[in-house]
Amino acid sequence: MAQHKVNYLQDGGAPIVLTTVDKIVNFGRSNSLWPMTYGLACCAIEMMASGASRFDFDRFGTIFRASPRQADLIIVAGTLTKKHAEFMRRLYDQMPDPKWVISMGSCANTGGMFNTYATVQGVDRIIPVDIYLPGCAPRPETLQYAVMQLQQKIRRNPANMRQKAKRLV
Amino acid sequence: MQQINRLKPFFENITFDRDDNTMVVNFGPQHPSAHGQLRLVLELQGEEITKAYPDVGYLHRGMEKMGENMIYNEFLPTTDRMDYIAATSNNYGYALAVEKLIGVEAPRRAEVIRTMLLEINRIISHLFWLATHALDVGAMSVFLYAFREREYAMDLMEDYCGARLTHSAVRIGGVPLDLPNDFIYNMEKFMVILTEQLEVYEGLLNKNRIWRMRLENVGVMSPEMCAQWGVSGIALRGSGVKWDLRREMPYGLYPELDFDVPTSDKCDSYGRYLCTMQEMRESMKILKQLVPMYKESDTQLMANSPEYISCTKEEMMTQNYSLMQHFVLVTQGMRPPVGEIYVATESPKGELGFYINSDGSPYPYKLKLRAPSFWHTGLLQDLLPGHQLADVVTIIGNLNIVFGEIDR
Amino acid sequence: MRKYSPKNDVQQKSYYTDRFYVAPTLDKAPVSNDSTFASDCSSLANVVEIKESYIQAGHLVIYVDSKDNVKAIKHLKEIRAYNFMMELSAIDYVSTQNGFEVFYEMLSVSKHKRIRVKCFVGCDDAIASVEPLFRMADWSEREMYDMYGITIKNHPYMKRILMPDDWQGHPLLKSYPLIGDEAAQWYEVDKIFGKEARDIVGPELRDAAQVERYDTQRFSRLGHEVPKGTDITTNEPETPIRYQEEGGVQLFGKKLVTPFDEIETKHLEERK
Repeated sequence: MAQHKVNYLQDGGAPIVLTTVDKIVNFGRSNSLWPMTYGLACCAIEMMASGASRFDFDRFGTIFRASPRQADLIIVAGTLTKKHAEFMRRLYDQMPDPKWVISMGSCANTGGMFNTYATVQGVDRIIPVDIYLPGCAPRPETLQYAVMQLQQKIRRNPANMRQKAKRLV
Repeated sequence: MQQINRLKPFFENITFDRDDNTMVVNFGPQHPSAHGQLRLVLELQGEEITKAYPDVGYLHRGMEKMGENMIYNEFLPTTDRMDYIAATSNNYGYALAVEKLIGVEAPRRAEVIRTMLLEINRIISHLFWLATHALDVGAMSVFLYAFREREYAMDLMEDYCGARLTHSAVRIGGVPLDLPNDFIYNMEKFMVILTEQLEVYEGLLNKNRIWRMRLENVGVMSPEMCAQWGVSGIALRGSGVKWDLRREMPYGLYPELDFDVPTSDKCDSYGRYLCTMQEMRESMKILKQLVPMYKESDTQLMANSPEYISCTKEEMMTQNYSLMQHFVLVTQGMRPPVGEIYVATESPKGELGFYINSDGSPYPYKLKLRAPSFWHTGLLQDLLPGHQLADVVTIIGNLNIVFGEIDR
Repeated sequence: MRKYSPKNDVQQKSYYTDRFYVAPTLDKAPVSNDSTFASDCSSLANVVEIKESYIQAGHLVIYVDSKDNVKAIKHLKEIRAYNFMMELSAIDYVSTQNGFEVFYEMLSVSKHKRIRVKCFVGCDDAIASVEPLFRMADWSEREMYDMYGITIKNHPYMKRILMPDDWQGHPLLKSYPLIGDEAAQWYEVDKIFGKEARDIVGPELRDAAQVERYDTQRFSRLGHEVPKGTDITTNEPETPIRYQEEGGVQLFGKKLVTPFDEIETKHLEERK
C-alpha cells in the first residue's frame, strides 16, 4: 500500500446525512455493479470461478463487461507489473464516473510475495482503491464478501461523489 | 488534489489506415479472452492477418531473480504462481529437479501421492482449458459445466493441502501430509461424475457443426514448425509426433503405470481438442491404478536425508539434533552439491523444465524456468498470418498458454 | 564504518559460511561411458574444437568456443538428430570471469537424449544468433539480451521482450538488486504522473518482515475492517462480519431486501 501524504478525514469526520434521492440512487448503483474483466494473474482464475457455476456472481446483479466504458467497478485481480501500470491507468481513466476499485489479492494490495524490480508495490500507487481484499488467491466467497462490503459502502455515501475529492491519484 | 497524469491518447502511435489498405489492430494487454495479458499487434488486410507480433512481459514478476535470492525450500511457493492453473505440476517439477541435484529419492507413498496430485492437476488444467476455449469460441454453457466439474476437483485439492489454487502441496524430498481419510472415496466419486460429464461435453462439441468449422484447419502446425519452435505437450502430440515425457523419458512412478498417449494426425486445433479430451480419460485411468499402490505403500512421507531435508515433526520435537538440523536448514538453507541440472516434466501445458546451476551455496546461482507457453506464444508470429481475425481467439485459446509461465 | 559490500554481486548471500566446508560436486562422468554420447562427441570434434566435455546428470555437456556456436548447433541438429532446442540462456560470471556462459539445451526425440552446449562470451563480445537454425531462438535471445545485456549478431528483431522498452538496466545481472535501482523503483510513477509526483505518492513500501499487530490472533482484518485513514495504533472499532447493514436495506422506510435469517424465521413460524 502506498504512503500518501493526504489527510482523508479532511471534512472533520462530520456525519453524512443521506437524502431520499441519495438512497434511491445508491440502491440502484449498489445492486447492479458491472465489473470490468481485469484479471491479470492467478486471482483472475478465482474471479472466474466466482462468476461460474458454484459461486454465482450474477445474483449480485453483476455482469462482467469487457469494455471500460460500460463498467463501473474494476476488480484488480493479480499482479500489476510496471510494464502494465501505464495501461491500467489508461483503463481506469476511461471508466466513467462513478467508479469503484476493489483490489483483490496480495499482489494487487501491496505487491504480494513479489518483492522485485518489476512489480508495482500495490495498485494504489496508481489508482485510488476502495476495498482491499487480502488472500493469495482469495476464495471466491471472499471476493463476494468484498463486493457486499462495497455495496454497503456505496449505500453509506452520498450519491454525488464529485464533491468528496478524497482521492489522491 | 486530483493529479493529472501525463498519458497521451494512444492512437497517435498506431496508424489505422496505411497506403496499402492494411489496418493495424492492437489486441491490447487487457482483453476479455480469458488468457491473461497478451498484447498482439496484428496487421490486417481486410479480415485476414498478414503479420502478427505478440508482445509479452506484462506479467513479468522477476521469479528467476527471486530464485537467486531465496533458499531452495523458500522458492517452492513461488513456482506455484507460474502455471497457476495446475500449480502442483510446477511444484513437482521444481522439487524433482532439486531432488535430482542433491541425489535424493522420495519414498514410495510420497511418490504415489504426488502422482495422484499431478493427475488431478492435469484434469483441472484440461477442464479449465476446455472451459475458456469454449467460452472464447462461443460455447458459453460448456464454461459453466466445466467449471462445475473443476470445483469438485479443487475440493479434492483443498481437502489435501488447504488451498484451491496455489497449492505448494509437495516438498523437496516428499510430501508434507498424508491423504485425508475420505480422499480416495471422494476421488472415486469425482471420477464417476467426470466420466459422465466428459460424455456430455463430447456430445455437445464433437459433432457440433459450428465447433468443427471453427476448429478444423485452423492453427495448422506441421511437425517441422513444432521442432523449430521447441513446442511440446499437446500441441506437439496434436501434430502427430508421439512424444510424451511421461512415456519417453519417464520419471517418478510413470514407468510402472499403464496409460496411452493420445496423438492426432490432424495437426490442427480440432486434433488438439480431441487429444485433450482423451488425455483426461487417461489421467483417470492412472488415478485408478494409483489407489491400490497407495494402500500397499509404507507410511514414510519424506525422504531420509538429514543433510538436506528436515525430518518428521515427531522426530523433531523429541530429538535434539533433529531440531538443530531443522533450524539450520530453515534459516540458512540446504547446501546442494556444485553442478548444474536440467529436469523436465510433462506439465499439462507441455515440457516444463527447471535448470538449476548451483555453486554449493544455499541460494541457486542460476535458476531458469523453462516454460512451454513462452514458445507457444512466440509461435503465434509464424502461425497467425493467413488466418482470419476470428481465428486468432480460437488459436490462442487452443494453444493452452498461461501468462504466469510466459513472463514468470 | 559499514562492512565493505562489493557492488558487482548484490544478490543475497548466506549469513554463515563455514571456513572448512568443501561443497561436493555433482559427478562428471567421462563421455566414453555412453556410446551415443561418445559418437556425438567424436563427430562434433571433427567440425569444431571441443574445449571440454563430460556427462553430468544424464546430460552430455560440451564446451565450445563462442565463435563456433552456430556451427556446432548446426552439426548437432542436422547430422546428430538433435532436432529440438529446449532452452537457451546465459549465466552471469561477470564478477569472477568477466563474461557470461551461454548454454543451449537440446533434445533428440529419436535418440531420447539431451545435450547441453555451453560457450563463454566475454562482457564486450558478441555472439552469433542461432535463429536461422531454430526459430525459438528469436524469443529466447531477445530474453537473453533483455535480462543480461549480451549483444547478439544477426538477430531479426532485437528488442526487449519481458521488460518495457524504455527500461534502464538488465535485471538478471548479479549487480542488479532484486528490488531494482532508482529508475526501476520510480518507473511507474515517472511514466504516469511525472517526476514531480514522486513525493506525493511516496516511496515503495517493501518491508518483507512487516508484522501486523494482531497476526497471531486473527486473520488479516476480517471482522475488523475500518475505513482507510482511521487510527489503528490503539483499539480500533470492531466491525463484525455483516453481509448487509443493520436492519436490512431500507428505502422509504420499507425493507427492500429481506436478509436470509428473517426469511428463514418467517417460514418456520408459518410452518408452526
